[in-house]
Order: sequence, then structure tokens, then C-alpha cells
Amino acid sequence: MSSRERILGRVRRALADVPQDDTPYAQAVCRDYLRQHGDHGAEETVDLLAENLVDYRAVVHRCAAGELPGLIAHLLGERGSQSVLVPPGLDESWLADTDVKRVADLPDSTPHELDRIDSVITGCALAVAETGTLVLDGSPDQGRRRISLIPDHHICVVRVPEQVVSSIPQALERLAPGRPLTWISGPSATSDIELDRVEGVHGPRTLEVVLVSG
Amino acid sequence: MSATYLGMPGFPPPSHPAFPSFPQAAREAVRDETLRGNLRHATHTIRAKRAGAVAELADWAALREAGKQIKDHTLRHLDRYLEQVEEAVTAAGGTVHWAVDAQEANRIVAGLVRATGETEVVKVKSMATQEIGLNEALEAEGIRAYETDLAELIVQLGKDRPSHILVPAIHRNRGEIRDIFRSQMSAWGRPAPEGLTDAPAELAEAARLHLREKFLRARVGVSGANFVVAETGTLVVVESEGNGRMCLTLPETLISVVGIEKVVPTWRDLEVFLQTLPRSSTAERMNPYTSMWTGTADEDGPSTFHLVLLDNGRTDTLADEVGRQALRCIRCSACLNVCPVYERVGGHAYGSVYPGPIGAILSPQLRGTASEIDASLPYASSLCGACYEVCPVAIDIPEVLVHLRERVVQGGPVTRGGNRVVLQPAKGHAAERAAMRVARWALTHPGVLRGGQRLASRTRRFHPRSLPGPGRAWTGTRDLPAVPAEPFRDWWQRTHGDGEGSE
Repeated sequence: MSSRERILGRVRRALADVPQDDTPYAQAVCRDYLRQHGDHGAEETVDLLAENLVDYRAVVHRCAAGELPGLIAHLLGERGSQSVLVPPGLDESWLADTDVKRVADLPDSTPHELDRIDSVITGCALAVAETGTLVLDGSPDQGRRRISLIPDHHICVVRVPEQVVSSIPQALERLAPGRPLTWISGPSATSDIELDRVEGVHGPRTLEVVLVSG
Repeated sequence: MSATYLGMPGFPPPSHPAFPSFPQAAREAVRDETLRGNLRHATHTIRAKRAGAVAELADWAALREAGKQIKDHTLRHLDRYLEQVEEAVTAAGGTVHWAVDAQEANRIVAGLVRATGETEVVKVKSMATQEIGLNEALEAEGIRAYETDLAELIVQLGKDRPSHILVPAIHRNRGEIRDIFRSQMSAWGRPAPEGLTDAPAELAEAARLHLREKFLRARVGVSGANFVVAETGTLVVVESEGNGRMCLTLPETLISVVGIEKVVPTWRDLEVFLQTLPRSSTAERMNPYTSMWTGTADEDGPSTFHLVLLDNGRTDTLADEVGRQALRCIRCSACLNVCPVYERVGGHAYGSVYPGPIGAILSPQLRGTASEIDASLPYASSLCGACYEVCPVAIDIPEVLVHLRERVVQGGPVTRGGNRVVLQPAKGHAAERAAMRVARWALTHPGVLRGGQRLASRTRRFHPRSLPGPGRAWTGTRDLPAVPAEPFRDWWQRTHGDGEGSE
């Protein structure tokens, strides 16, 4: 007998005492929890996102669409970045004001090569206000998962208010499970030393979030 | 322990020679003042924060109930959902393996690593791989496993054992961590930076530098998973540092070892656990990084993905009507952080990778109660109930503890290795059972009870303060109750009696 058959057989025998129950799953669980916490307007939801991002040590900037290239140039300059990793489908105009060296993530570029790049700019799939979370789903403006991981400085652009949802239940509704997803809430951190939070371990130690409106 | 101890079992030769019984280990641990200080500091830090994070959600009780129902439903139809997981993961380009026990899981993983031609793997913190002793098994095959979670790294470098589910190095303070890094890092790769201090930020930086080269060159990653979604075949890993993302995305081959109880039926179910897990474990609204992947993706992340579904005692646990609720556990460790026993003795005394209240009900079910440590674990509690209160999936830990105590003392039918067997009552409890038989006889014979009480009252001057023989262990931690000068029933008869007397 294969291990598969053995395990499934054990499960069935273990449940022999349980009465038959064919309630469809949709009715089997009582979901009377909230779809979102509090009733915020679109603008308040964006404010809440900004507040929670800052609470977990992300740096938040807000600007109008026209100001974005200038702001990005400023952020890269301030950081002293010599090179910036760019996902294949990033809006070219975002980088119009900077002459920092752009690096594409090629299929054969190695992790070691990516490790020598100072910054990365991506868009996102959506952001969750209640938890201060950005979700990346590998769309062309975000690129592969590794590019937002290896450089030490990540600039993530969120279009507000349309990319912002209030809560986790609302976020899951909008995401496609088949895509590789990365949920990011602040820069990398650890609670492993005396159960107290310290920022900055393996992921980007600086996370800058640009909330762009209009 | 040589004497019979009526409050806590002492057992014949243990089958886990490495682990003494809980009371024996606890006696050592509570004398370690550094350990007690470290644990007190860490558990108290997190307790207040967790309460705050939970209080932010007005619907916490409803989320907790939904989490419980989702898990109960899944366990009740586990065969169906496991088959669904297999189908979905396979359709998404992954390969599914089934492992009945630790040995088989280790053999599968070692074989998969060998097939890649690699001799090292990077690991994401995972309870399942700790449970099966994967690192040691790989070592025996000439494969080196690098732990990449900061706390696991501290444990691995210190040749230590984990003592907490979430923070395996909770028993170490910052000074001890600095000393371990300074003395051990060079043997494993990049040495600790010159002049490393005990500032947490510097320690985190040292770990970043030490592990970076390992991440960048890694070809094989090994992980567990917090959740597996049956309908989509999606695996979820919740973490903080980014070491998880490194191990899950940079290697060419990813091997995930996952307990069969980690399944949830639908994508939507994550909306419950992604709210309750981070707040319960690190007291954060959301942990810094959560990775979700479904099989393999075109040119993003590993091109080969293996899922090893692990039983290793879980189906035996599922067969116990009361004990099966332990399989709802999502490994948040909130119960450890509030437990007065854990706070004082630490995790090592539990003799398992699952310490604290959840460990006290999980280990004796996954491993059986044959060994000294496993038979003593159901007693490693004051039954105060704080663990049940904070559990985000409402596992009634005290209920299961009492149930397991009963099993240890009285024996009875259990499932081991998929077979129904009848457990013998524990030998160490012979004196306790004899005392209970005498009590039952006396209490059902009023004349005997009356005579005995009077005899006890008249001889009270001669009573010892502790019991001789097998009773000595009982009075080792308790005072023998003082007997009154006059039995209550005599006093009642004398002061309230109707004069007719009962003699």
C-alpha cells in the first residue's frame, strides 16, 4: 500500500465516530465577522494606510501624478543611488527626471548581480489600509519577486485611492491566487531578540511608499 | 525520580533518554535565574502588546469562532481536502509526496536534495522540519542545512535546542546572542563583524551579513507552510525578516514539508487567519512579509516545487474525539506567552519542539504517552485556562490536558500508528489508584468512615508532617492537612443533633 493510501485510510478510520455531514462549505462556517473595521471614506482610507505604513517604519510620500518623476528623482538622489532596478512594464515616465543607471531584471541575471544594485522601483497590485500592507502580484510594473527583495532600498508606488482597500477580506477578493504574491508591511523586521521588534534584517531595510493621486 | 509521586507521574525507563520527565527538567530550569529573567522579560513584553493588537478588532470573537469552525470542518473532511490539495498542486506544476512518519519524510527530502546534486540547503523556519529532525537526517546524508531565521540561527550556532514556537531562542538575552555570534559564526561562514555589541540592531545586521552569501548562492530551499489552500493549491508562509522570501524565491528547487492539518478549504479562509495569526503571535497588525505561491510560476521563483505532506502522528491525534482539537493549532504561540508555567520553566523542560500549553497536549498525542516526558506533559499545567482564553482558534487546552491525564492514569483505547491499541494504566500511579480504591470503599460505608474519622481525631497528636513510603512524594510539595479535634459529623450531631443519636 502506498503512503498516500495509508494516510488517507488512517484519516477515514480516525473519523469513523463523526456523523455524516454534507453541509455545503459555504454554509458550514459562520462568517459574521466584519468585512472592514470602521466606515471610512476613500480619503480617510488613504490616510489610514499612510498612518499604518508609518507606524511600521515605512517612509510615506504623497504627490500628484505630475509630480511623480520629480519625487522619484529626488528620492534616488537623496539616497545616493547609482543604479535602480526596473521591472519590465514600469511606466517609463516615472523615471523621466533621473539619470541614475537603470538596470533591467534579465532572465539570466544572477542574485549576485542584483545584490549590487542600490534601489528598486515597483508599482503594486493593491494596498490594505487597516494593516498598512502593500501586495505585489508579479504584474509587469512589479516584476519578479526577487527584484523587490534583494536591493536594500525599495520605492513602491501606489495609485490612490483606486488601489487602496480597507481590509484583508477586501484585498483577498481582488487578488488572483494563481499569481505569486508578496504581502509587504513595512521594512524587514524581527522580533527574535527578546520578543521586541527591530527593523532591518534580510529584505530591503528602507521602504519608501509613494501615494500618487490623480 | 525514584519515589512515587502522586501529583505527577514518575515512569519506568524512558524511551526518549534525552528527555527527563517534566518535573525533573522543570526543577533544574527554575533554578536558572538568567533563564527566568529572560523569559519573564520577553513574555511580559509580548503579552501587553498582543492584548492591544487584539483589542483593535471589534469582531475578534467572531474571527476566533470562524477560525475554529474552518479548522473543524477541514479536519472532519480531511481526506477529501488532502486529495484536493494534491490535485491542485499537481495541476500548478508541483509534485506531491506523502510521508507517514518522520523517517519517510526525511528520506523523501534527502532524496530530492541529492537528485539536484547539491550538498547544502537554505531553510525557512518550520516547525514540521524541526519535529522530524530534518537537519540531522540531512547531515547524515552529507547535506548541510542552514537555518536562516534569526532565532533558528542563534539556536543552530549555539548547538542549542529551540524553546519557543515563534522565537526559538527566547531563552537567550542579547548578551548571550552576541557571544554566540562572536564565537560561532566563523565556523559556519562569514564571521561576526569586529567589535559587535549587544545592540539588537547590530545583531540583526550581523545575521544579515552572515546569511547573505548563503541566500545568493543557494540552489535548494526547504520550507514549511502556515496554510495550504485546497481549492487553489496555494501555500502561504508568514514571516518577518525576509529570509523566508529569500528561500522561497531565489533557489531553483523548493521543497515544502507540511503537516496534513495545515489545509484550509478555500482562498477566502485566509481572510480569517491573516487577521488572527499576526496579532496573536508577534502582536502586529500584519507581519512584515507574507509569501503565497501556487505550484511553479513562469520564470519567477523556483522551477521545481515539491510538497511533502506529513502525517507523523497527526492521524492518531485525529482519532481522539477530545484531543483532535489540538490539530486546529496555527502555531501562533500566544498560549506560551501567557502561561505561568512556561514563563517559569521555559521551553526546554517540555522535551519537544512544541513547548508550552499547546506542546503539553500536542507532543503526547503525536508521540504517544509511552515515554517519561510524554506521560508527564499533561501535568505541566496549573489548568488556569489563560491559554484557552488567548487561543485564536479556541482550542480548549485545559480540557485536553485533563483528558490526557485520565488516559495516562487509567489507560484505555488509543490509536497508535493507525492501529487501535489498549493502553495499560501507568505503573507510577499504582499507589494513587490504591488510595482512591480505599477512599471509595470508606465513603460508601458510613460506619467505616465514622470510625476512621474518630480514630484520626484521637490520634492527631501523633500524626507525622509528611507521609512515609509511597506517600512521601505527595507530601514533598504539600503539607499534610491537619485533622480537627472532633470530626465534623460528630460536631454537627452534638450541636444540631435531634437528640436521637445515630449510634
